[in-house]
Amino acid sequence: MLNFTAMTLTIGPELWLAAAGLLGVLLGALMKDGFNGLAFKFGALALFGAAAIAALFYTGGEAFNGLVRTNTFVNFAKIVSFAIGGFALLMSEGFMKRQGTGRYEYALLTIFAALGMGVILSAADLMTLYMGVETLSLSSYVLAAFHRDSARSSEAGLKYFVLGALASGMLLYGASLVYGFAGTTSFAGIAEAKLSIGMMFGMVLMITGLAFKISAAPMHVWTPDVYEGAPTPVGAFFSSAPKMASIVVFANVMFQVFGDAMEQWRLIIAIIAGLSMIIGSFGALTQTNIKRLLGYSSIANVGYALVAVAAGQKLGAGPLLVFMTIYAISSLGLFAGVLAMRRPGGMVEGIGELGGLMRKRPWLTVALSILVWSVAGLPPFGGFFGKLAVFQAGIEAGLMPLAIILVIASVVSLGYYLRLIKIMWFDEPTERFEAIDGSVTFVVLVSALIAGILFMFFIYQLGWWTDQAALGLGS
Amino acid sequence: MGGFPILSALTFMPLVGALLIMFVRAATTGSRSADAAATSGRTALLAGLIISGATFLASLAAFSAFDYGNPGYQLVEQYPWYKTISYKMGVDGLSLSLILLTTFLTPICLLASWNSISTRVTEYVVAFLVLETFMLGVFTAMDLVLFYIFFEAGLIPMFLIIGIWGGKDKIYAAFKFFLYTLLGSLLMLVAVVYMYVTAGSSDFEVLEKFKFAPEVQTWLWLAFVASFAVKLPMWPVHTWLPDAHVQAPTAGSVVLAGVLLKMGGYGFLRFSLPMFPDASHLFQPFMFALAVAAIIYTSLVAWRQTDMKKLIAYSSVAHMGFVTLGVFSFNEIGVQGAIFQMLSHGIISGALFLIVGVVYDRMHTREISAYGGLVHRMPVYASLFMLFTMANVGLPGTSGFIGEILTMIGGFQASTWAAAGAALGVIFSAVYMLTLYRRTVFGQITNPALNDIKDMNWIELVCIVPLALLTLLFGIAPNLIFNMTEGSALRILSMMAGG
Repeated sequence: MLNFTAMTLTIGPELWLAAAGLLGVLLGALMKDGFNGLAFKFGALALFGAAAIAALFYTGGEAFNGLVRTNTFVNFAKIVSFAIGGFALLMSEGFMKRQGTGRYEYALLTIFAALGMGVILSAADLMTLYMGVETLSLSSYVLAAFHRDSARSSEAGLKYFVLGALASGMLLYGASLVYGFAGTTSFAGIAEAKLSIGMMFGMVLMITGLAFKISAAPMHVWTPDVYEGAPTPVGAFFSSAPKMASIVVFANVMFQVFGDAMEQWRLIIAIIAGLSMIIGSFGALTQTNIKRLLGYSSIANVGYALVAVAAGQKLGAGPLLVFMTIYAISSLGLFAGVLAMRRPGGMVEGIGELGGLMRKRPWLTVALSILVWSVAGLPPFGGFFGKLAVFQAGIEAGLMPLAIILVIASVVSLGYYLRLIKIMWFDEPTERFEAIDGSVTFVVLVSALIAGILFMFFIYQLGWWTDQAALGLGS
Repeated sequence: MGGFPILSALTFMPLVGALLIMFVRAATTGSRSADAAATSGRTALLAGLIISGATFLASLAAFSAFDYGNPGYQLVEQYPWYKTISYKMGVDGLSLSLILLTTFLTPICLLASWNSISTRVTEYVVAFLVLETFMLGVFTAMDLVLFYIFFEAGLIPMFLIIGIWGGKDKIYAAFKFFLYTLLGSLLMLVAVVYMYVTAGSSDFEVLEKFKFAPEVQTWLWLAFVASFAVKLPMWPVHTWLPDAHVQAPTAGSVVLAGVLLKMGGYGFLRFSLPMFPDASHLFQPFMFALAVAAIIYTSLVAWRQTDMKKLIAYSSVAHMGFVTLGVFSFNEIGVQGAIFQMLSHGIISGALFLIVGVVYDRMHTREISAYGGLVHRMPVYASLFMLFTMANVGLPGTSGFIGEILTMIGGFQASTWAAAGAALGVIFSAVYMLTLYRRTVFGQITNPALNDIKDMNWIELVCIVPLALLTLLFGIAPNLIFNMTEGSALRILSMMAGG
């Protein structure tokens, strides 16, 4: 018996985003450039709306003959990533306008990217998964190249596209192998199928393709270049909302589709996690461009998140959500901090140019420092609890070597996080900074408050929510 | 359970004060001429003094509510936090004595900065108050993870204090201090997580009863010692200390030597002994060897220093060797002596750093050779310096004597050789301290710049005289402390014995 309302609500947020996106296209066609002024708020509204729908009208279960299936685990990720995406869009406006690229297409592409995030999170079938991945990726390629007069931005977009297409190819090839040996594309069907060597090949190829999308080593090479070349707000978006969604999808696929093959894939994930942590933290040490540095830092953080995946569904699902929620918020805040640093000559990107920020903008610096310490995982800030949760999952799962690598990577990463602090607090100020839009400062302060301070007190609640959400995966 | 949460109030009072100061400054930052900046800096220092003074009073209130007869944890507060971790606070005699030391030293540190810190004063006061909260948290926490959070969070304000207000090589010293300590702490974190995953709780009282398998204990013990040995510091991982001490501002050195080092000794007594008794017995000779090496080697190194602060820093390492010796003697007299030595060293070395700060503020050099003949111009200073020199050497009548003699007696019962080595260190301490004193205070004035040097002003006296009085008081009436710590010392030893 088909229940139309329930079926619609299962993909409610996605439908809402698709409708908003199409409406945006229509408005753009009718109003031409007149829509530019409105588009960013329109887009943010669409994303916040999607988050609200996911939060308030959540209906779990299967729909469309098993093509989509939602549970609390992915729904949690939907709420967080849509909301973060909305903030990312909101703070982009001033920057994009100043660069002369504040066009409505930017907002629409973000909406479509969010639609892709929603679809992959709801996917319960290889076809749906692939469609969502492509929607997200294609929007991202264009976003990376959005500043089309800039050679750097175009290069970033092209690089991202070529490598991304290769990864999509691998994902697709893996998916077809899995389909060939399991005889079905539905997640539930594959989970029940007999594990054969052909399917293992398919699984490894799928892991490779997905690892590219979450920028895990050794499929990470594009990350620093794209983060550096793409317009800063795009970097902010990439490192927060889609990252949260993709990692949760990654975990979802591993847990739900290949749950029985855990002994087989655990080692692969552990190696990917270890490599990401090492490459990310050592790679960042020598960076002088802050956007590249944040790119490497995000690779390392993906590695931490993958420790939770390697710990398995039972131990790792809840901690993964805790870690990624706090990380995504902090990462958005850090990028907002980069956006907030503007000098008469243009944007600040070199690390040394942040010198003496404390003397000029004490509150912004305190907020940024809290974010840096939080991402570095220093107590008492929220990021510490995220790392602690992941760390605990790793130890409970008996992954001692990974836990040790996590510790070492944390110490190494402190080397460059401390350098940021040192430059902001100890060095003498060089030039003056220009006033910046309120929305950016707002995002920095709010994310520092939430990720750094609030989760320190409400980590109990966050842990409870995520544990409840993880129960949605079944036992 | 129930009642007013005095420990939380005490711990977080400085933090709340720091936030208040920040907000008030943000609200009043209008015209910022150099004059106005100096005045607002003084106001901030005054506010910091009042807040830390109030914290001291609060700690006295906790002290008055403390029951000597009860060896267990008192004034306990507990709330759920994250999974099996709870927010739990409580004190016993050991932690209460260190809390009093902390709250007593912090106002002195702030007062000592009255004239010596002139840039970014508000931030300085805020950093100091935040640091006080974290230090107090280390001693009040009764949950392993909560302890860890405070333990590591204290690095952040100290990093800023060294890095912003330090001397010439402050950046290097700050980084070295931070990364050294952090590596140790993170190894401890591995053990911490393993412990509460295994025992199912991170509550001290549960963990003290939980028996870890002997081979597991060995690893856990090593991980904890990695952290505490760096903090204490023990030879050979002490090298961050001279750098940090020399570069830190005077008040930073005082709090570093006075309180932060004590966290290492506290950690040994709180975790290593009661929770891993088998491993502690196993590693006893190893710890004795390191303690004696620290006492002899760093005493000799101290002797050859040309920088006054460096000399005192090395002497700190040597004196903390006595703490290790006392703790790992596993008998009442040794453990009591170790606790006493921690308190006494906190007072004496803090005072010595202040003493150095007095002449540094006037001459802006710490080279011993730049001084000489100070007694002709600064008689009050020379007498106070004399008192603390003697206390550091361990002259009977001062608190330094009690701590050293007790730890040596305790060590003697466990190992004759270790005690003999440590006794050698006492002789060396006389050598380097008296050399320092002779070369700076006695003799003729050779440096013409010293002719106009002024004796101590009343602010400096207010800082140092209370420390002098306490040194004498505890030297004459050590029972004031022993009565407080006896219960916890016996309790720790009985837990070691498996009781």
